[in-house]
Amino acid sequence: MNKLIVSPSPHTHSGLSTAQCMYGVLIALIPTFLISIYFFGIDALLVTTTAVIACLLFEFLIQKYLLKKAPTLGDGTAILTGVLLAFNLPASIPLWIVVIGALFAIGVGKMAFGGLGNNIFNPALAGRIFLLISFPQQMTTWPTPAPWGASVDAVTGPTTLNILKRGNIEEIANIDVINTLIGNSGGSFGEVGAIALIIGFVYLLWRKIITWHIPVSIILTVFLFSFAVTIKEGLEYAIIFAELQIFSGGLLLGAIFMATDYVTSPMTRGGMILYGILIGIITVVIRLWGAYPEGMSFAIFIMNGATPLINKYMKPKRFGEVVKHG
Amino acid sequence: MNIITISIISLATIGAIAALILYVIAQRFKVDEDPRIDEVEKALPGANCGGCGKAGCRSFAESCVKASSLEGMLCPVGGNKVMQQIATILGKEAHEAESRVAVVRCNGSCQHRPQTNTYEGAHNCAITHNLYAGNTGCAYGCLGCGDCVSVCSLGAISIDPETHLPVVNIDICGGCGACSRVCPRNIIEIRKKGPKGRGVYVACMNKEKGGVARKACEVACIGCSKCAKECKFEAITIANNLSYIDSDKCKMCRKCVDACPTGAILAVNFPPRKVVEPATPSTETTPSDNK
Amino acid sequence: MKTFKIGGVHPRENKITAGQPITVAPLPQQAVILLSQHIGAPAQCIVEKGDSVKVGTLLAKANGFVSANIHSPVSGTIAKIDTVADGSGYQKPAIYINVEGDEWNESIDRSEELIKECNLDAQAIIDKIDQMGIVGIGGATFPTKVKLMPPPNMKPEVLIINAVECEPYLTNDHALMMAKADQIIVGIEILMKAVRVERTFIGIEANKPDAIELFKQKTQNRKDIEVVSLQCRYPQGGEKQLIDAVIGRQVASGALPVSTGAIVQNVATAHAVYEAVQKNKPLIERVVTVTGKSLARPGNYLARMGMPISQLIEVAGGMPQDTGKIVLGGPMMGRATANIDTPTGKGTSGILVIPESEAHRHEPSPCIRCAKCVSACPMGLEPYLLSKAVAIGNLEIAEERNIYDCIECGCCSYSCPAHRPLLDYIRQGKGKVMAIMRSRAAEKK
Repeated sequence: MNKLIVSPSPHTHSGLSTAQCMYGVLIALIPTFLISIYFFGIDALLVTTTAVIACLLFEFLIQKYLLKKAPTLGDGTAILTGVLLAFNLPASIPLWIVVIGALFAIGVGKMAFGGLGNNIFNPALAGRIFLLISFPQQMTTWPTPAPWGASVDAVTGPTTLNILKRGNIEEIANIDVINTLIGNSGGSFGEVGAIALIIGFVYLLWRKIITWHIPVSIILTVFLFSFAVTIKEGLEYAIIFAELQIFSGGLLLGAIFMATDYVTSPMTRGGMILYGILIGIITVVIRLWGAYPEGMSFAIFIMNGATPLINKYMKPKRFGEVVKHG
Repeated sequence: MNIITISIISLATIGAIAALILYVIAQRFKVDEDPRIDEVEKALPGANCGGCGKAGCRSFAESCVKASSLEGMLCPVGGNKVMQQIATILGKEAHEAESRVAVVRCNGSCQHRPQTNTYEGAHNCAITHNLYAGNTGCAYGCLGCGDCVSVCSLGAISIDPETHLPVVNIDICGGCGACSRVCPRNIIEIRKKGPKGRGVYVACMNKEKGGVARKACEVACIGCSKCAKECKFEAITIANNLSYIDSDKCKMCRKCVDACPTGAILAVNFPPRKVVEPATPSTETTPSDNK
Repeated sequence: MKTFKIGGVHPRENKITAGQPITVAPLPQQAVILLSQHIGAPAQCIVEKGDSVKVGTLLAKANGFVSANIHSPVSGTIAKIDTVADGSGYQKPAIYINVEGDEWNESIDRSEELIKECNLDAQAIIDKIDQMGIVGIGGATFPTKVKLMPPPNMKPEVLIINAVECEPYLTNDHALMMAKADQIIVGIEILMKAVRVERTFIGIEANKPDAIELFKQKTQNRKDIEVVSLQCRYPQGGEKQLIDAVIGRQVASGALPVSTGAIVQNVATAHAVYEAVQKNKPLIERVVTVTGKSLARPGNYLARMGMPISQLIEVAGGMPQDTGKIVLGGPMMGRATANIDTPTGKGTSGILVIPESEAHRHEPSPCIRCAKCVSACPMGLEPYLLSKAVAIGNLEIAEERNIYDCIECGCCSYSCPAHRPLLDYIRQGKGKVMAIMRSRAAEKK
């Protein structure tokens, strides 16, 4: 007989590993990826591939030569960072910018803080914000989506958010909500397909990789808040406006895939809801009154920074705290 | 040109005002401290190990300055040399204290003590000790997870990759006792450091009866008391099937080492013996040799 | 369906021995009786080498209030009084008995006849339970008489019978319930009389529909005993979680469970109480689930205490070639042992033989703060934080964040995707923090 193994209890495990969580998120992103290829063609594929390869390469180089430890590419975190970074970029972006974004995401966003588990900010988000500030021209030139087969229109179209920001009531009323749902609208190529993103959300919930708290609280907050500020323009308009706020821009991608990043989001249910509500409020404030048309990235980024504070003060409900009854 | 001048002047003014404010505040809230505390602290090794019984080096320096005499005060890391320096700084009399060193009282390397099972829990001696007797047959021996290594602020202990036992670097170890306190099996003892680091000790803590102890480990002390009979200085006592050599009484004649049937008694840092000469307590005759 | 409110996990049940009847295991040639088969002080040995004993002879007397009598599970001669390595590998005092025949003390009623009437009063029942060395045999082995004598300011209102068996693999309680339903119900009546309560809930998890059905049928005409079917969720068998699940009250931190008005007893303990009070039979044998995926004959065996576990594994088909780990108890809270000669005791509910392919722990990777441990913790703690605080030696944070509430159920380590040994550190820190708290309390006095 072999030597017996001894360890403290428990002697069994749920079987869900870090890598499985990460690959689960990647699987959840497949519908979005397909939609983006359908509307933005080969460009979307190229940007994604470049971002993933660059992230993997930088992670490997930094771990192997700077930190001098065994590279952990297999856990899927670098791939996920690459995919999320790419999905937050316009399809027409030059590929060298994507590489710079990947270097910043992995090098500064993740490794500088001590690698997986120690980063304060979502690495993909850090990369995107870095690019947005450094290359505002390229980062806000959105190609018009064109279904597969049709020649890709070089003319850059306004995103739904641009229209919303301009606040022309007639223009807003003309936006086709269906197009924003399926992804036939301008924007970063991973954020346009609302339905595909929601399919991914359902998959993540089913696999129990994330809980509903963060996405639902963000979406509800954004809806209610933007509804409340436009209600004076009429009920019907307010509903459309609030709906468009949710389905346009990076809101769903951010709420479902970026804000729920394990490392940078709060640990307790209450903390998650508070985090979600604050992200929602900051997003709408930036979108309506800020300088940028899109506020989701900044909102998540700011709340990433507040997460340690939320973790410190929001404690889980303890057993025995409930008021006795019966 | 004008802009540059204005910027320089305004920056300089801001700087001057800030400096003034800082100076005033620093003067206002100045804490009067004996400058000798800083000097003493500088002389200390700065390991903050707590071996002296104080919270850290600074607090030791404070109590040195306050104390009327340095008697009983010892920085175990710096030893007499540092205490001498402190005495000079403070103009007090230095008191010689014998230097001490950590000694690992287990010699159950993989070779001597076969592994009987595999441990897969958290890599921590205290956790292993609370869980079970360990991955060998010996319930008293070293667990090899290195709690002593991580607690040592001087980096004086390391785990030998071959024997899986801790090794104390006697040149660095100050005998502060942190490792001894953290070891869940009390294997590490703080003993008197002999000349040139020499020492004779029983490298075993197994309190089982001879047979059981020997079954678990080839080099276990079986409590046969042969060493005690051999010792002329009454330095050896036997209790709970285990021999113990009092480092204060031991004259390092090494007779017990030869008498031990299992090789549980170790003599360390002695020069290799000459084959012809009978073992004599040689101290000054041979050149220094630390291994 | 009812269940507890905070956290919990649902591990694969793997109850491969479910539905297996109780098989009587053969007697060992030599029985080794540990003097410490319960929580509390080891019992005081009262026999000497060479004495001959019968089944049921008192071997060792309870040593203090939280301790229990130990009786001989076999008949024969005392070979020696020495030490034996228990499951942990440490030497513990024990009595070795060479088994000769199987002669029982005359006072023990060995007939199968069901005796329903019990004319003893509460104190007499508790004394009898004390005498017969009954301890909680769900696993904690807390002396039963202590639990039946709550502090005078706390009045028990209900009795909860723990028939949850939430640990994966184990089916010993299930098997006992199917075989001895009538005896268990009489045991419950006796317990109700002992603690003077009028109402009993039997908590059974939904994965034992036959047991729920049987007990519902046996109690359908009575108002004082109610069967509560519970959703399958670990650690429902924990005393605090069970009280929460059944009557919806939560034990406050640091308080005794009886402060909620509920006294919890294991179903097998109820059966042992029946045998002790009605049949004069001390706690000398119990049902042990010997199980594992590669065992030839996994089953529920009625085994005398003091039998080496290697012999029980032999009875179940022998040690499989691919054995990687042997666990005393279930996979969530049981203790792994390297010593296959360790004798069984009152608390040995199961022997789980895990094949090597499933026995290894994975290498831990960095914490990704996924919060799965926080959602899984049934006590509402933050395992990631506690474990880290203990690892870096910051016990103040650990205490501030209520490490002492931990019930060591293992849900955190079970659910950690980074395979971090969370509970290993928390258990360690809990011990240290509780020691500090005790010394502080002692200083105050």
